[in-house]
Amino acid sequence: MKILVCISNVPDTTTKIKFLEGNNKLDTAGIQWVINPWDELSLTRALELKDDASTGVKSVTVAHVGSAASEPTIRKALAIGADDAIRVNMDATDAYNVATQLAEVLKKEQFDIVLCGIESSDYNGSLVGGMLSEMLGMPSVSAVSGINIANGEVVLTREIDGGKEVVTVPSPFVAVVQKGIAKEPRIAAMRGIMMARTKPIKICEPVECENLTEIVTFEKPEPRAKCRFVDAENPKQLVELLMNEAKVI
Amino acid sequence: MEKKEILKSGEFLVREVEAKDVFIPEEFNEEQLMIAQTCKDFLAAEVYPNLAQTEKSDREAMKSLLKKSGELGLMGISIPEEYGGFGQSFVSQMLVAETTGAGYSFSVAYMAHCGIGTLPIMYYGNEDQRQQYVTKLATGEYIGAYALTEPGAGSDANSGKTNAKPTEDGKHYILNGQKMWITNAGFADTFVVFAKIENDRVLSAFIVESNWPGVVVGPDEHKMGIKGSSTCQIYFNDVKVPAENLLGKRGEGFRIALSILHMGRLKLGANVIGAAKKAVNDSVKYANERKQFGLLISTFGAIKYKLAQQVIRLLAHESTVYRVSSDIDAYMAKVKNEMPDYGRAAIEAISHYAVEAALLKVYGSEMLDFIADEAVQIHGGMGYSAEMDVERGYRDSRINRIFEGTNEINRILVVDTAMKRALKGDFDLFPLAEKLYEEIDAVSDGAVAGEDYFAQKKRYTRNFKKIMLLLMHSASKHYAKNLVNEQEVLNNIAEMMMEVYSSESLALRIEKMQMMGRDINIYKDVLDVNMYDTAELVRKMAYDAIYSFAEGDQALKLVKAADTLTTVEGVNVKDARRRIADKLIEDNEYKF
Repeated sequence: MKILVCISNVPDTTTKIKFLEGNNKLDTAGIQWVINPWDELSLTRALELKDDASTGVKSVTVAHVGSAASEPTIRKALAIGADDAIRVNMDATDAYNVATQLAEVLKKEQFDIVLCGIESSDYNGSLVGGMLSEMLGMPSVSAVSGINIANGEVVLTREIDGGKEVVTVPSPFVAVVQKGIAKEPRIAAMRGIMMARTKPIKICEPVECENLTEIVTFEKPEPRAKCRFVDAENPKQLVELLMNEAKVI
Repeated sequence: MEKKEILKSGEFLVREVEAKDVFIPEEFNEEQLMIAQTCKDFLAAEVYPNLAQTEKSDREAMKSLLKKSGELGLMGISIPEEYGGFGQSFVSQMLVAETTGAGYSFSVAYMAHCGIGTLPIMYYGNEDQRQQYVTKLATGEYIGAYALTEPGAGSDANSGKTNAKPTEDGKHYILNGQKMWITNAGFADTFVVFAKIENDRVLSAFIVESNWPGVVVGPDEHKMGIKGSSTCQIYFNDVKVPAENLLGKRGEGFRIALSILHMGRLKLGANVIGAAKKAVNDSVKYANERKQFGLLISTFGAIKYKLAQQVIRLLAHESTVYRVSSDIDAYMAKVKNEMPDYGRAAIEAISHYAVEAALLKVYGSEMLDFIADEAVQIHGGMGYSAEMDVERGYRDSRINRIFEGTNEINRILVVDTAMKRALKGDFDLFPLAEKLYEEIDAVSDGAVAGEDYFAQKKRYTRNFKKIMLLLMHSASKHYAKNLVNEQEVLNNIAEMMMEVYSSESLALRIEKMQMMGRDINIYKDVLDVNMYDTAELVRKMAYDAIYSFAEGDQALKLVKAADTLTTVEGVNVKDARRRIADKLIEDNEYKF
């Protein structure tokens, strides 16, 4: 059984986001890039499955759409334990385009399980996984928080309102994965870091594809208004402020 | 490829290097950054969540952390692959020491294991000893410790009373004695123990396993800080040590002890950077949250001053640490051609940099103490609460000025070793100093019209070195062989050496950053304030030394030279410090 984990390269979650002039592009100066947290957890779970000989998982590959600048992130995934990597050589600018590129990869190479993080922590689009399965005509399972393999059968746990749903699915399929899939991301061990140097990263040129979306502008949330104190003896003023100023009642 | 110029230990006193020949932290490669990230991830996932437990001196909790770091391969950084390690460069070793330095007690336990607990066997052990012990220490299967200090033998290590008596058949030594302040003693599997064989004048070293009959480990000491690291006394009562566990040759123990201390001092120099970065981050985050008089305290000039001072000292020390580390790598590569044994070559190169090792240890530990103290102060009353990391950091920091040789011993070593190396012919210190003294009446600050920014800074450090050399010359002449007993004067010179070396390293780093196309505007502020402060300190130290021994005309001449050679351009230090602090405040963490 072969697993493919799709990984995004995102700014570290503590980054102070700034935009370039025109507010339609991220200012990448000084940003530390990391594996998208949901993808990192997917990778961790995929590696746990591979570590367990009874699952029959033979290899874990990571796929990424991005320029050479994102190779440190790919090598981190290899250091964590992925066997090899595929990079589609283009800047990721649109979910449809990314899904198209990944679909091309999957048309050429067979994988039994495809894991996509539910969203990336930068654009939070939650689109790629669903699009990818549609393009490939594969079953897709969303909001997956658990994955197990027993006797060759893949059992997925989904988070649903008020509880969990356990489903089985025939391979190949796309699982759109959310937190809970693994406890903590795996830390790259020294041996993994040393081995990452020699693991293969296959570079694929992108196929022709137009973006379906264009970013017009980014806006930061308004800074929180200053806290106002109202005398406890004066509920009337509070009501008035909530009605006329905050306009929430 | 153009050959990189490497200075010998202490040679910086009389020679300059070009910025292109200096390694700076901005040059870490992808693999080094990934290793550092692994250390950070390990602290976040394993060390910080267990701080409450380890702080209770829970030996099992600390042992478990050490074992986990071993599973990640972090105990094999300095060990060649053939002994189960990863054979990393000295720069990488120092980066790991830096990063784990933010781990409070774990950092001490980890560094003791990887350094003094393991490396004596790696560096001085024979093949059998390495196979038997190093392979297990490199993976964390064994935990190691180092037993040198005794109740009556601290800084004067060679005065130890622990004795090893050979058995009649020559197959064993019978070890008797007592050791104290032994880090990791509570759970270590092996000790490197120093003892005198029979009536030898000098020490020998032995590998002793903790489960051998007669080895008794006392309870953990109650310490001011680093409470999570196990520190105990050990008693050796007729312990039968196999003869093959003698480490190195008979009588080589003192050399081993000193060499390992050089290594420990260098690593400590890196280790304190991690602790200092944590304290700076805690400081700025708190200052960016705490409001008084309706304003964040990070908007107040007095707090900005503290934040900026933290950054300046940290950046200067960091520049020095990696400059030396890379020189050691280069020197190690050279020594390896002459010495086929990796271990001996490595310790030869490390020991060569004894002057810088002592310098890094003193400057680094005092830098951290300063930063930890200001971190508490920035937190105000909360800084005194045991709930805060800065309180633990403040207590943990203090030991760094004491272990690996007290800072008092190391200050003397800085000067004494440099002068001995010069007398040995490693570099021309005294002829140059004598020439400077002969020309003292014509001394000038060397300022030229229109000199560029870095040329000016180089001139400053050149001048600081000149006054230092003048003092070394005149103090040596005055005291002759008694100079070694004039510790106050040696301290003055040591202080100057440390400040000048770190200022020079900082300037070279920033110049190289400019060569790499980096925006250095804010770094120029750091360098401006640093040089301004260094000039003041060098002048004060020079005055103190001069008035300690010189009188009349000689004193006048030396004071005039000190004034001339410490003249620097005025700097609006208030605004410069504010700009430095503003970057820290904006980033909300140390991102220099």
